[in-house]
Amino acid sequence: MKMMSENNIFHRISFSIKRKIIQIVAFGITNSHIGNFTQGKIYTGKWKNFCAPGLNCYSCPAASFACPIGALQAVNGSMNFDLSFYVTGFLLAIGVLFGRAICGFACPFGLIQELLNKIPSPKKKLPGWMKYIKYAILVIFVLCLPVLVTNYMGVGKPAFCEFICPAGMLEGSLPLLSTHPELRATIGPIFSIKLLMVIITIAGSIIFHRFFCKVFCPLGAIYGLLNRFSFFRLTIDRNLCVNCGKCARVCKMDVDPVKNCDSTECIRCGACVHACPKKALRLGFQK
Amino acid sequence: MNNLRNGLKVQQRLTASVSVLLFGICLMLYGIHRDEMAVVLNKAVHICLECIGLG
Ligand code: SF4
Ligand code: SF4
Repeated sequence: MKMMSENNIFHRISFSIKRKIIQIVAFGITNSHIGNFTQGKIYTGKWKNFCAPGLNCYSCPAASFACPIGALQAVNGSMNFDLSFYVTGFLLAIGVLFGRAICGFACPFGLIQELLNKIPSPKKKLPGWMKYIKYAILVIFVLCLPVLVTNYMGVGKPAFCEFICPAGMLEGSLPLLSTHPELRATIGPIFSIKLLMVIITIAGSIIFHRFFCKVFCPLGAIYGLLNRFSFFRLTIDRNLCVNCGKCARVCKMDVDPVKNCDSTECIRCGACVHACPKKALRLGFQK
Repeated sequence: MNNLRNGLKVQQRLTASVSVLLFGICLMLYGIHRDEMAVVLNKAVHICLECIGLG
């Protein structure tokens, strides 16, 4: 019995370490131009034609790819187009292949929040209704405002980037302001709103597991809706499940996989799979 | 009976997933064809002042 539980712990640790390694590698690939931090510039090569699957500001000096949510707003708000088929198609294809496993394994901002949550503090759960905020943000700030609120040339502003996203400020603004003193003259009221969002996100992530993912992220909202169709998924063998509730207790995204394996909140982290004493849960590519 | 129902569900899900995947790929190709990548590149290679809270 003792050996079995030790085995289980070993398995769980090794899986969570494997996931961390994948997250760190994904972080490194998405932000491979570290040298740009000291030079105060951003990467301008051809890889920026493509979107990263996770949330990562393209104004971060190290960013190698475009941010999918920034790109979606840029094309939706551009003079010539009202809807980006390129980015929408990309998100649908990636989402149906992996679902929110992108959040669990490949999103740099998800990793940042997980590390913030390691800071010792009382850990709390969010009220369930807060998870719906991210859908409102997706519709209002990402899809509607950039198309509806435009200047005299018909160009809309990226409202999510401008008012909500803390990634731009954390990954882009703070490093660039430190190397470009002349940029400091352009600090205005928007800066204060964004700074407030950064403070809320950092404080929230320390207390609540993946606070930004749960409440604000429009990319998580899109991938979450696609969990239901994704090829990479979580399944349960109801013949093996004894309803002990261990899986729901370890889930930091507040999901009960016995009730719904395709929950929009499940980031496919695998913690429940390794907590299950009956091996009733399975995570991977399946029909 | 249960097995039959599960088999049907798996089949339906697979059909939906493959359809969404193909639809996504078609959208992406159409977007590339009408040169949306140029807009993405142009945005991504300039420091976006709104994104970083300046301007
Ligand atoms: S919810 Fe958003 S920020 Fe969180 S891991 Fe997913 S894409 Fe990244
Ligand atoms: S249900 Fe399981 S795989 Fe999904 S987030 Fe919770 S612990 Fe992770």
